[in-house]
Amino acid sequence: MTKAPRDKRMTIDEVVGELKDGMTIGIGGWGPRRKPMALVRAILRSDLKDLTIVSWGGADVGLLLRAGKVRKLVYAFVSLDSVPLEPNFQRARQSGAIPEVVELDEGMFQTGLRAAAQRLPFLPMRAGLGSDVLVNNPHIKTVTSPYDDPDGNAEELVAVPALHLDVALVHLNRADKHGNATYLGPDPYFDDLFCMAADRAYLSVEQIVDTAGLTVDTPVQRLLLSRMMVSGVVETPNGAHFTTCTPDYERDEKFQKAYAAAAGGSDEDWSAFEERFLSGDEAAYQAAVQAFTEEQA
Amino acid sequence: MSDITRADVCAAAIADAFKDDGEIFASPMGMLPMLGVRLARLTSNPDLVISDGESLFLAGTPPLFAKADVVEGWIPFRKVFDAVAYGKRHVMMGATQVDRHGNQNISAIGDFAQPKRQLLGSRGAPGNTVNNRTSYWVPKHSPRVFVEKVDIVSGVGPALAKQAGPAAARFNDIHRIVSNLAVFDVLGEGDTVRLLSVHPGVTVDDVREATGFELTLVGDDVPETRLPTAEELILIREVLDPRALRHREVPVA
Repeated sequence: MTKAPRDKRMTIDEVVGELKDGMTIGIGGWGPRRKPMALVRAILRSDLKDLTIVSWGGADVGLLLRAGKVRKLVYAFVSLDSVPLEPNFQRARQSGAIPEVVELDEGMFQTGLRAAAQRLPFLPMRAGLGSDVLVNNPHIKTVTSPYDDPDGNAEELVAVPALHLDVALVHLNRADKHGNATYLGPDPYFDDLFCMAADRAYLSVEQIVDTAGLTVDTPVQRLLLSRMMVSGVVETPNGAHFTTCTPDYERDEKFQKAYAAAAGGSDEDWSAFEERFLSGDEAAYQAAVQAFTEEQA
Repeated sequence: MSDITRADVCAAAIADAFKDDGEIFASPMGMLPMLGVRLARLTSNPDLVISDGESLFLAGTPPLFAKADVVEGWIPFRKVFDAVAYGKRHVMMGATQVDRHGNQNISAIGDFAQPKRQLLGSRGAPGNTVNNRTSYWVPKHSPRVFVEKVDIVSGVGPALAKQAGPAAARFNDIHRIVSNLAVFDVLGEGDTVRLLSVHPGVTVDDVREATGFELTLVGDDVPETRLPTAEELILIREVLDPRALRHREVPVA
C-alpha cells in the first residue's frame, strides 16, 4: 500500500473544540473580505471566552466583540468598507468593553506577523515613529540601527514585536484534504503569513477537491497554503458569508446592511438579528440567509 | 465656463498635487482624490501608476468606478506595503481631524482608552507618513476638522517626525491638504499648515472662520486656486465622471 499524507478533514465544531479560553487567535482575510465567518460563527456559539483576537478587522471582530468573547483586540482598522465604521466595534470601544486594545499601523501588523512567522522577537520598520501608536502601546519599543544611514545617523526604528498566534483561522476557495489550498480571488491577503505565525492553522474552504484538481484549471501560483502550514481543513460552502469570496461570491451587501443596522440599533434590534441568524448552527444560519435573500429579491 | 463647480476646482487642485510626482503609485482614498488623480494622469502626469482600488494596476484611465480596462500590474495589499516602504507612492488620505502641525487623525475622537467616537483605526497613516509622500483631502472644511491639536496622531506631521528622530523625518513628506475651501501645505513657520490658495468664491476670512487654529498665509495676497482648463472640464464631465458623482461629495452651491 502506498502511504499518503494525512487526511485533515474536520467539522466546524471539531475545529472550535481545539480552541481554549484565553488563546490568541489570528483571523485571516481583510476587513469585509474572505473572512472565515463559519468558524467565527461557531466560536460565537461556543463557551469560549477571554480570547485575544488579531485581525485586520471586519464583522468577524464586530461579532466576537458583541458576543463578549474578546479580552484583548489587536487591529489596525475595523471596517465593513461599504459601511465604513463597524457598529459593534464602535459600541464596544465607546463603552470601554474591550479590556485591552492594541491599535497598530496596518503595515506594522504585517511586520509583526512576519516576525512571528520567522521566529524572530521583532522586525524593524519606520511605521509608528512619531505617531500615537507608540504612545498608546508603551510595550512597543524602538531599536537603534547598528549601521549608519547615508547622513551618518544611526536610525532609531520601531522594533515591531512578533505577533505570535496560538491558532490561525483562514478561509480560501479550494483545498485538498491535506491542507494545500488555492485562493481564486484578486488578493491573497495575508493568509499564508497568519498560518506561519501560528502554532496551528485551521482552514475552511468553499470546496475540497482532489490534489490534482487544485491546479487543473488554476495557475500553480494560486496555491497559497502548503499542507505543512495547516492542521485541519473544513468544507464550509458560503462559509465566508457575508464577506467576499471572489469568484465564488461577492459580499452580500443587503445582508451586511441589515447586520449593520441591527448592530447600530437598539438592543431589541440586535436580539432580533441574533435570534433570526445566530441562534442555530451553520446549516440554520445558511437557511436563514437563504430566506432573507428570497425576501429581499 | 461660468458653470464651473467647486467640485471641478477641487478635482483640478488635487490633480495639481500629483503633477510633479513622476512615475510613482498614486493612491487616492475616496472619490474626489480618485477623480483628481485620474485627471492628472490624463493631463499633467501621464506616468502616474494607478490602481482599481482593489488589486490591479490599470494601463488605461477609466471613469470613476468603471471596471474593464487593460491591466498593467498586480497590487494586492502585501505589495501595497512593499510600495510604501519602497517610497514610490503618493497617498491622498481623508482626515477626520488635521491640526496646525499637519498631524492627522482617523483613529478615534476623544480619549483613546475610551473614545467618544471610535473611527476606522489608524489604518496605514502612521506608516504612510514616515515612508512616502502623503496628502489629505477634506470635503467639508470646518473647525471640527481643522483643530489646534488632533486627539490621536495617526498621520505624522513634520514637527512630530523631526522630534521622533532622523528615521522618522527622512521620508516624511506631507505635500498638500486640499479642502472644499482651499489648498494648504505644511511649510508655515515651525512646520505649520500654510494657506496656499483659496478656491474661487471663498475669502481668506471664510477659511479663517472655518479653521480651528491660527493660519499662516503664503503671502500678503493669497492667490485664488486656478480654475480647471477647458480640456480638464471636458475630461471631468464627459470622460471621468459623467454621472457627476463628485457633486455628492462637494455639492453645487
